[in-house]
Amino acid sequence: MKQTFGQNSSNATSVSSLIPLAVQDLTVAYHRKPVIWDCQFEIPPGALVGIIGPNGAGKSTLLKAIMDLVPKASGVIQVFGNSFRRNRHRVGYVPQRESVDWDFPVDALGVVTMGLYHKIGWFRPVRKKHRDLAMQALDRVGIADLAHRQIDQLSGGQQQRTFLARALVQDADLYLMDEPLASVDAATERAIMDLLNQLKLQGKTSVVVHHDLQTVPSYFDYVVLINMRIVAHGPVDEVYTPENLRKTYGGRLTLLDEVAEAMRRRERSL
Amino acid sequence: MSLMANWSWNVQNPEADWLAWLYDYNSRLVIIGAILLGGAAGTIGCFTLLRKRALLGDAISHATLPGIAIAFILANHFGFSGKSPVWLLLGATLAGLLGIAAILAIRKLTRLKEDAALGIVLSVFFGLGVALLGIVQQIEGGNAAGLESYIYGKTAAMSRFDVQLIGVVGLLGIAGCILFFKEAKLLCFDEAFAASRGLPTTWLDVGLMALVVSVTIVGLQAVGLILIIALLVIPAAAARFWTDQLASMSCIAAFIGAASGGIGAIISATFAQMPSGPTIVLVCTLLFLLSMTWGAKRGIAIRAIRRQRFNRSISRQHLLRAVYELGETTTGLSAANAELGGGFSQDLPRQSVSFDEVLRKRSWTKHQLSRVARWAQRQELIELIGDEIRLTKRGMLKAKEITRQHRLWELYLITHAEVATTRVDRDADAIEHVLEPEVIAELEQLLQGTPGELPDSPHLLEVVSADVTDTTVNERGS
Repeated sequence: MKQTFGQNSSNATSVSSLIPLAVQDLTVAYHRKPVIWDCQFEIPPGALVGIIGPNGAGKSTLLKAIMDLVPKASGVIQVFGNSFRRNRHRVGYVPQRESVDWDFPVDALGVVTMGLYHKIGWFRPVRKKHRDLAMQALDRVGIADLAHRQIDQLSGGQQQRTFLARALVQDADLYLMDEPLASVDAATERAIMDLLNQLKLQGKTSVVVHHDLQTVPSYFDYVVLINMRIVAHGPVDEVYTPENLRKTYGGRLTLLDEVAEAMRRRERSL
Repeated sequence: MSLMANWSWNVQNPEADWLAWLYDYNSRLVIIGAILLGGAAGTIGCFTLLRKRALLGDAISHATLPGIAIAFILANHFGFSGKSPVWLLLGATLAGLLGIAAILAIRKLTRLKEDAALGIVLSVFFGLGVALLGIVQQIEGGNAAGLESYIYGKTAAMSRFDVQLIGVVGLLGIAGCILFFKEAKLLCFDEAFAASRGLPTTWLDVGLMALVVSVTIVGLQAVGLILIIALLVIPAAAARFWTDQLASMSCIAAFIGAASGGIGAIISATFAQMPSGPTIVLVCTLLFLLSMTWGAKRGIAIRAIRRQRFNRSISRQHLLRAVYELGETTTGLSAANAELGGGFSQDLPRQSVSFDEVLRKRSWTKHQLSRVARWAQRQELIELIGDEIRLTKRGMLKAKEITRQHRLWELYLITHAEVATTRVDRDADAIEHVLEPEVIAELEQLLQGTPGELPDSPHLLEVVSADVTDTTVNERGS
């Protein structure tokens, strides 16, 4: 929090620049098939946020749309009161572990230094100070001893920790994480949750796509329930109700889905 | 193609021919060109291979052929020399770019996947090119005889200009890979993360493609358009067997490419009319096979050695556990252990067990057992005294650790995975050797064991039934 105030010299915009993430009227479509309809929510600063919803509900797409990785059909995204482009350096991204080929010729330390490439800049090589920073990040996720291990020799949990370290080394203020707890061992899950809570204590905001409904109330203090559209968002104890969960998960073919499906069929028949 | 018909060995003066390339200015030039081309293609190939775009290079190179033919026709028509490489390579470049555009268009406008788009563009452009070449041959006064050298490559047809072009493009390509090394590495590994950091991924991809196109174009004379893909793929694939680091992989790939180019060109220069493309590719293949078998990181040999070592360590572990468990049952070691509060004391008398006892416990032949015992003895885990096997201090500690892991896993299978007890031992045998520390920690937590404590074997209930936890008994009963 202090950091946020320090970086912001003008007080006029301080209120909106405190909000780590604000999404307005966001609609995303792949091949004209809507994946996210009309999303609108705000994330309070310093919150540990869970994004919860069934498969294909658009959770990953939501994160990607926030970072301009997929084209938006409409909508405005504000990151600390400004566009994502402007505040890119304050956002750390942890993609899904399955999204990359772990056979790539690089070791764990090499992956973590990738988080610093932007800071290092064009045409400049990775130096010792960068590797030291990366080493510290690996130490924070508890696998500093595996720094020089080829990444396909790491277990699933260790790979996930490596990805987390790559985001940590950026020292961002808002972290967007895509299923960091998916298919990891219990020890890794605990380590990651400890880390997320540490980040929270430092006043940093984490937005985490999560799939395990049981752990939601104990892990997060704010949730966004999504199934193509936002079902509910708010503090866990207010929003995470059986009623809302039924709305999120119950009945795969809601009217909205049916319309979307009909539009898609029509598109294909053309 | 008259190429194959008059393809003959030049054997009139073999000794002189073998070293002819050393003295002949033109041969030297060609060889330098081939080395530079191989080096550049190897370096760039690493990135396209890791970007999983290796075959795009093949489509581009095939797509250049109609461009060459059309450039020849137009140049002839307007009274230029149709053989001038400037026009031909310009035509090749334009056609190659058109090929990329066609692939992108097919992907964007239809629901066809990339492989289909590549196949269509590759074959259609190449077919068109061959048909146009046929027409070109019939143009009066055109003298299109040399054009097919672009298909198979013919270093003899290379001019000083060709070599200079290869030099400039090759060095630029390598310089590009060095300057944008970090960015290209990140793009190939994790495109989404690269984009989220603000890296212009589209432009990096365009740059990479531009390098592939340029290397293909300048390599047409030397290797030919059918086989240029070999220099873009094989050195990079071969280099992967030697290293786990991208930087060294690029260097090794550059070296393999350069060596293939150089040696291939020398062979081609030595034997008259030997097409250079195939010779370069064959040399390259030879180096690939060497890498595949003897590569230091992923070669077949090193992996076989690793596998053998692993199998031996498993056998050793089986032996240690067998000796430990036999000692446990025969001398009440478990009870002694329990008295000491579950902790293992090194002061306990060392247990020795006879060969026959071990043979009864494990399905080994006597020969197998003595072999395993020798391996274990060499590692100072056991001592062999006549027919007796005795655990050393080190062996005892190791045996305890192994037995512990085995039993934790067995217990887990019984209590959590609902596997019949009779099947447990075999499953545990296979898996215990690959359990990682974090999994062990997890098992401990699940089974509420204390770190370091050794649970009793679920199979030994008759012997140490008093020690077995209630849950185990219940699970066994059900």
